This record gives sequence, structure tokens and C-alpha cells, in this order.
Amino acid sequence: MTSPTTPGQPALDHPRPASLLALFLAFTILALQGFGGVLAVVQREMVERKRWLTQDEFVEDWAVAQIMPGPNVVNLSMMIGARYFGLRGALAALSGMLAVPLVLILLLVTLHARFADNPQVIGALRGMAAVSAGLIAAAGLKMAASLKRSPVPLPWCLAIGAAGFVLVALLKFPLFYVLLALGSLGCVLAYRTLR
Amino acid sequence: MNTAIHITLDWHDWLNLFAHYLLLSLMSLGGAISTTSEMHRFLVEQHGWLTQAQFNDSIALAQAAPGPNVLFVALMGWKVGMNAGSTAAAFLGMATTMTGILLPSTVFTYQVAQWGHRNRELRAVRAFKQGMAPVVIALLLSTAWILASSADAAGVQWPLWLLALASCLVIWRTKLHLLWVLGAGALLGAFGLV
Repeated sequence: MTSPTTPGQPALDHPRPASLLALFLAFTILALQGFGGVLAVVQREMVERKRWLTQDEFVEDWAVAQIMPGPNVVNLSMMIGARYFGLRGALAALSGMLAVPLVLILLLVTLHARFADNPQVIGALRGMAAVSAGLIAAAGLKMAASLKRSPVPLPWCLAIGAAGFVLVALLKFPLFYVLLALGSLGCVLAYRTLR
Repeated sequence: MNTAIHITLDWHDWLNLFAHYLLLSLMSLGGAISTTSEMHRFLVEQHGWLTQAQFNDSIALAQAAPGPNVLFVALMGWKVGMNAGSTAAAFLGMATTMTGILLPSTVFTYQVAQWGHRNRELRAVRAFKQGMAPVVIALLLSTAWILASSADAAGVQWPLWLLALASCLVIWRTKLHLLWVLGAGALLGAFGLV
């Protein structure tokens, strides 16, 4: 349980999960903090608190998790788990992300019918949704700091970012085409700079 | 609150449900939420296995509850099973839709991620991961924007936007634990202040 099954990961200067159980628990705890989405919490816990990933590694993994089919944070948890313990790590992180929240949501669905019309509950959910929007924006802003080290020139980063925001948030373009068009542009620019 | 419906599901209906979610899994580029319109077409319009209200409730509850949003898929399976008449069927429904939506995408993503990891020194792999960063970050900020606007659905209410902005600044600039901020949001909402 001590040696990573993923070969060739260099001994990094940041901490790593001690065991599969630590991985499972870490993802359970972070999933339970994710109201309205878990990504902001993954960034907070993995990069800033546990420091299992650097900000740059996190941005790179998130890019892959976002492009692949499937729920993004589920993909991300699996990739982080696999970094340290291969397939077993992927499964531990995945089940951490899903098992306890699944039980909890089944409890909630039985209570929901009773409390759905309660104005306090509706108000609390609305307040929490506004906070989650803020959390997600904060995660995005923190990740944006890593663009300073990007092989894509900074003015291009800003142009792509601004175009992406306008197209998806304001004009409601389908995600897929925006990713394809602006993503390819970014990849070509990065490819030209990298050796 | 829901008017329950009663449906009967044969074994080939279960298989159909499973196969459909397997397919949706591979179509769910950009997250499972991007396939909700297709789920709606299949479950509500084509087969009538869920009512419109049950469909909407599944998404709303999964958004509000802790955990990944993909759990709305589990709730849909659960409610289809409940409509079929028993708690056992509800567990079967949940297992069917969740396994269906997760299995193909996770196997595929795992393989691709491992390949990418083994070849991480390749120029193309590095260019891909780092070149996607600007648009991926833009999508995140868009998600935040869309979430804030939907919380604000009843019209422009500046306290909600102020709350979103304040929590963004607090999380961006301080080390305060997320749960304090979420708790504050819940309290402000419960007392009708936002």
C-alpha cells in the first residue's frame, strides 16, 4: 500500500495520501461539503489544505476531467486517486465521492416531500445556491493564477477566457462547441510555444 | 406533493433503461447535466416512467444536497422504481441508472487519463492539458454566473448577487472554511434576508 502503482511519478515535494482509506475519507468529507457542486471544494481541499496537488497539476487534471465524457468531478476524483494508487486509488476516490452522499440523498428524498414547501427551507437553499456560485467563481479565479505560467501567451489566455465566458454564460452557446473551438485554439498556441 | 403514478416494468424495460443510460454516459461530454434534456425526453415524454414534477424535483434536490450533482441520476432511477411499486424496485432503479451513467464514461476516462499520464512528456499531451486551461477556467466562471442567475430567477435581487460576490471574495482571499460561508448563506436565506 506504500508504493504507487502508477510508474514513473517522481517523488514530488508535496504531501500525498497515506493510504486508500485516507483517500476514501478525504473524498467523502469533501463531497459532503459540496452544496451545488463539488469542484470548488476539491480545489480547496486538494490544493490548499491537503496539498496533494499543486495548482498547476489541478488545472491540468481538471482540463482532462472536463473534456472526457461523464460527470466532471467524478472523473477528477478518479484521476487524483489514480495518481497515487493506480486503479485501486481511482476506485477508492470514486466510492468516497459517491457512497455516503448517495445514502444521504436517499434520506433527504424521503424528508423532502415534507419540507419542500417550508419557506425557511426554500430561503436557506436559495442562500446556499448564491454562496455556491461565489465558491465556484473563487475556484476559477484561483485557477486563473496558474495562467501566468501557461505556454499560451497571457493576452491570448485572457482573450480565450473572455470569449468563453461571453459565449457560455451570456449567450448560452452549447458547451461542446465552445470547448472544441476555443480549446483547439489554446492547444495550438500552447503547442507552438512548447518544445 | 407529487401525484404518484403507477407503472409496470418488464425485464426488457429494465434493460432498456440500463442501455439508455449506458449510451447517455458516453454522450455526457461536459458533465451528466448536459444530457438532462435527453433524459427528459426518454423518461417523461417517451415512456412516461416519471412525471414532470418528479423529474424537476430530482434535479433540484441533487443540486441542493451535498455531493456531486450526478446524484440526480440516482434519484431518477429511485423514483422510477418507486413508481413501479416497491422499495426493492427503487433500489434496482437507482443501481440501474447510476451504473449505466457511470460505467462507460469512467472506464473510458480512466484509460485515457492513464495513457496521458504515461505520455505526459509528449509535446502534444502537454500542449493539450495546458492549452485547454484558459477555456476550462472560463467555463467555471460561467457556471458560477449561471448558478447565481438561477438563484436569482424571481427577478433581479441585489442581496443575492451581493452574497455571491461576498462569498467569492472571502473564499478567494481568506482561508476561512467553506462550511462557515455556506452556513452563513443558509441562515441569511432562512431569515429571508437574501
